[in-house]
Amino acid sequence: MSLRTPRARPPHARPPGEPRTIGWLYVLPALLVYAVFLLWPLVRGVWFSLYDWDGVSAGTWAGLSNYAETLTDPSLRAAFGHALILAVFYAIVPCLIAFVLVAIISRTRVRGLAVFRTVLFLPQVVAMVAVAVAWQWVYSADGPVNTVLRGLHRLGLPDWSRGWLGDFTFALPAVGLIGTWVEIGLAMVLFLAGVQKIPRELFEAARIDGAGPVREFLAVTLPALRRELAVALTLTTIAALRNFDLVYITTKGGPGDSTKVPAYEVYNRAFNTGEVGLACAIGVTLAVLVFAVTAAVGRLAEGRPGEAP
Amino acid sequence: MISARERWLNHAILVVFAVIALFPMIGVVATALSLPDADPGVFADAWREGHFALYLRNSLIVSTVTVVAGTLLSITAGYALGALRFRGSGPLFLLFLAGLTIPTEAVVVPLYFDLRSAGLDNTYAGVILPQTAQSVAFGAFWMRAYFRGVPRSLLEAARMDGASSWTTLWRVLVPMGRPAILTMVVLTSMWTWNEFLLPLVILNADDGVRTAPLGLSFFQGGHQTDYALLMAGALIIAAPIVAVYLFLQRHFIAGMLSGAIKE
Repeated sequence: MSLRTPRARPPHARPPGEPRTIGWLYVLPALLVYAVFLLWPLVRGVWFSLYDWDGVSAGTWAGLSNYAETLTDPSLRAAFGHALILAVFYAIVPCLIAFVLVAIISRTRVRGLAVFRTVLFLPQVVAMVAVAVAWQWVYSADGPVNTVLRGLHRLGLPDWSRGWLGDFTFALPAVGLIGTWVEIGLAMVLFLAGVQKIPRELFEAARIDGAGPVREFLAVTLPALRRELAVALTLTTIAALRNFDLVYITTKGGPGDSTKVPAYEVYNRAFNTGEVGLACAIGVTLAVLVFAVTAAVGRLAEGRPGEAP
Repeated sequence: MISARERWLNHAILVVFAVIALFPMIGVVATALSLPDADPGVFADAWREGHFALYLRNSLIVSTVTVVAGTLLSITAGYALGALRFRGSGPLFLLFLAGLTIPTEAVVVPLYFDLRSAGLDNTYAGVILPQTAQSVAFGAFWMRAYFRGVPRSLLEAARMDGASSWTTLWRVLVPMGRPAILTMVVLTSMWTWNEFLLPLVILNADDGVRTAPLGLSFFQGGHQTDYALLMAGALIIAAPIVAVYLFLQRHFIAGMLSGAIKE
């Protein structure tokens, strides 16, 4: 802590050359760019959201009606609902899978762990647009998923092949699974970093006590990973809320409204249907949600100060 | 301690997940080359038809300027917030920290209208300036953490030797902080290179300034089901960042992990 700094010494007594206002000079350029191109647009976004405006003619004051519409319009409510479903695919499923993988790794001395980690993390660094194009092929009429399902059909199972991304029931889970695929690596790498901080003796002790893989995981691994879990949940939930690229490329919100998500609706309402005020209200709502998730999960992680590394 | 059977099963599970992680990418390469009768010509076709030379050049310009500007601004801001003492530095830091949680979706619409009024839509500057601001929000936070970790005795020693705050920063602290700076550069490069929504909105009319991901989405619009060609395009735009990742992966992973853990 920097508490020892000022301690109410008279100004003339501070060490020679101690920088004071010069700090502002160093921050100023960054502050300027940041304020003009990020903070100000946010303020403008809030301002726009209070108007009915089509982007062309003069806008009219609308008060909070755009926010009311965000919360009540059936298709927008559906969009937020979809984001919630995607959060399951983006956050909860990857964390569960990553737990299994990490439990395995902590139990076995895995050869080639570094390679494995590199491979699983790779989806995180590829542009979402490229990921989306690749998965469009995976789900396509003659793509690998349908080829396998048709193979199963020939073996006597029902024919489950379909146009996954064009299916009213399955398009949203299909998009969600892409998210799962992307986020597994992030969660796993986080947990792996956490596991490596656990003293090996704890595992040895658990094993000497005769704990099986499940007991060992619940008693040793899971409690030590609370903080990493919080970070993983924050990052992946935010990724789910902000999911735009994937939906834009794979489904454009369709079929019907079945894969519309808030981030896509911001774009759609502003530039396709000319509801700029409403689009800004959705954007601001998203920002509030992202902030709330960050704050809530952050607080959860700090709840047990003794466990922070 | 662990039975041979469990050992075997564990490795099998890991291999399955590694294959799943790679599967779409292997598929991409296989489809792009239309294996088994390989035809590398599809890359040439995609390259030509998709104008990827132009898009990659645009992305390179946008990313380079954004990252260089963002890095310089982040270093100076992080230095002030982390190592210098001045009135108001606490609230100022919180202001930068708040920027970390502002999603592009919340600012992209007002940015479009205001940049258009300023004549900056469909220009490099129109995507560089907002992305520099986003980089600074992260960078100021990231560099402050580094500068706070520098022992105060070092700063005082430099001052005793008569070094100004400016000299101390560039001659002592920046060379020492190369790993932290490199991690920041790697992350902001990746974010800028991969950004899609902002270019989609700001670079909406001029083909000549489109960035690589935006170019791929237009290419996709024109070749809906020609998967070999599309996959080749996807590989082309992903390759530069994947190459950097393979060389500097420790920095990617360290940054993604600790950047998220706020103190």
